[in-house]
Amino acid sequence: MRGSPRRCFSGEVFQVRIHGRGGQGVVTAAELLSLAAFHEGRHAQAFPSFGSERTGAPVVAFCRIDDHEIRTREPVSEPDALIVQDPTLLHQVDVFGGLRPDGYVLINSGRSFDELGLGDWTGAFRHERLLTVAAGDIARRHIGQMRPNAALLGGLAALTSVVSLDAVAKAIGDRFRGSLAEANAAAATECFEQVGEELHAHA
Amino acid sequence: MLEQLEGSQAVARTVALCRPEVIPAYPISPQTHIVEALSAMVKEGGLSPCEFINVESEYAAMSVAIGASATGARTYTATASQGLLYMAEALYNASGLGLPIVMTIANRAIGAPINIWNDHSDSMSQRDSGWIQLYVESNQEAVDTHALAFRLAEELSLPVMVCMDGFILTHAYERIDLPAQAQVDAFLPAYEPRQVLDPADPVTIGAMVGPEAFTEVKYLAHVKQMQALDLLPELAGELGASLGREQYPLLRSYRCEDAETIVVALGSVLGTIEDAVDQLRARGMKIGALGIKAFRPFPLEEIRAALAPAGHVVVIEKALAVGIGGIVAQNVRNALAAGGARVSTVIAGLGGRPITTTSLIGLFEDAAADRLQATTFLDLNTELVERELARTRAKRRSGPHAENMLRDIGAVAAGPV
Repeated sequence: MRGSPRRCFSGEVFQVRIHGRGGQGVVTAAELLSLAAFHEGRHAQAFPSFGSERTGAPVVAFCRIDDHEIRTREPVSEPDALIVQDPTLLHQVDVFGGLRPDGYVLINSGRSFDELGLGDWTGAFRHERLLTVAAGDIARRHIGQMRPNAALLGGLAALTSVVSLDAVAKAIGDRFRGSLAEANAAAATECFEQVGEELHAHA
Repeated sequence: MLEQLEGSQAVARTVALCRPEVIPAYPISPQTHIVEALSAMVKEGGLSPCEFINVESEYAAMSVAIGASATGARTYTATASQGLLYMAEALYNASGLGLPIVMTIANRAIGAPINIWNDHSDSMSQRDSGWIQLYVESNQEAVDTHALAFRLAEELSLPVMVCMDGFILTHAYERIDLPAQAQVDAFLPAYEPRQVLDPADPVTIGAMVGPEAFTEVKYLAHVKQMQALDLLPELAGELGASLGREQYPLLRSYRCEDAETIVVALGSVLGTIEDAVDQLRARGMKIGALGIKAFRPFPLEEIRAALAPAGHVVVIEKALAVGIGGIVAQNVRNALAAGGARVSTVIAGLGGRPITTTSLIGLFEDAAADRLQATTFLDLNTELVERELARTRAKRRSGPHAENMLRDIGAVAAGPV
């Protein structure tokens, strides 16, 4: 029989929700993030929102990262970080629903929050944690496709430090082979650097 | 070695470590990733000798499995939902003939309305088919349980279903410790059939049996399945010692020692329930959880002992027996002594509806305050139901429920089509 509780709820878990569209590698992004955390010796659980398998349909995937075994199986409803792979979702889906007041947001766009029409919304949150980055353009330069998932994970690493860029690169190496792995790792690195510069400019 | 793996990949690789010789399979979500991975292993030579047979239906998958198993081949397949229903007739033949087939059920709802998401309607519908049913909480447990299932099946000459929650487990990436080939080989020796179709030593199996012996054959099926209640703990102990991981062969009891309320459930929802139990324990509520892993055979005495401290038992189940309510709860009531704990049924998580910690905590607080009805539907949208009922009262030809209710919640375009 199982003994004492493994841990009480403590709020130490870091929960990420990733929004995008079918075909953009949203589920792969969650998987890669969990792999990166795994490489750093942490427990991680990644899972898709199940079933939306049509190209172009809104897709959500989740990743929890913790120092302890993760038991819960419910979808992430109060994320610590949000990645939005497709900015056209912003006015279609409630992507910000449940975001914690100290949460992070990374949107794949070359436009600012104000330019995206989100200026009013940002008020309640910590502005230095809300960023946009043109990850799709970065991905297109490196991979030749508008598939921004790996690049955005580089950006997330810079924004949150929840995983390191090295761990993201290692995860990419696990999942992809050869030149595709290199191109995705290069995209993640460039995105990491861009976000790092932007954070520096904020500070 | 620890790896970060998708549940389906972890199961496929474990099944391969068990050296199946025949895998007849037909794809259906959310089981597909498992047999896809196995077919790739067979094709690339990583799983040999093994024949992977693409069949035309689930009925054929189980029929081929029966034939393969009867000739002495270790046989595996996987299915879900309507696929399991389509196998139903053959399932009874597999168990009735005593063939040790192992099958993964990636648990999924049953239509209509069509729904690809998780609940336990599929495997629960076959609970009396004569198959042993083991429900797992995590992907690690799914891995270990597949090795256990082959050994148990072959020791008893009975088929085993390993039931894992579709999508929630099959599509989740988490940390997995796969056993080494040598560990599996030591635990699971080459299949030595108790009966086999062999041209050198011909027998027939599958005789017609009339009233003169049918009861006796069925009685033996019951006796044989009940042996699993003794054998499972023994085998799980052996496996656990080899893998260095504790196994929970029949039940898993969590903080039940002095619990006034015990929550009973099957499968992956137990993790979320345990988190909720911790939160309520921190507030001083005397609550625990009991996971039932072996649902067939049903460990009546062990459950009675595990539930002994409780005055109130709350059974959370992911299937609905239309016309009566809970299925697991009925079985749990059988386990309780007369005058024992009150049993409440909670139907939850149907068709993939998330079971959240918030809802569970509200539910358990209601249970502790004696506010639960005999049967509760967790997070039921009563307004949606009432609106549809009003429509059916107002107009005889009020249209199909599913479409009407989707329109009400804005999931499809409003207005007549």
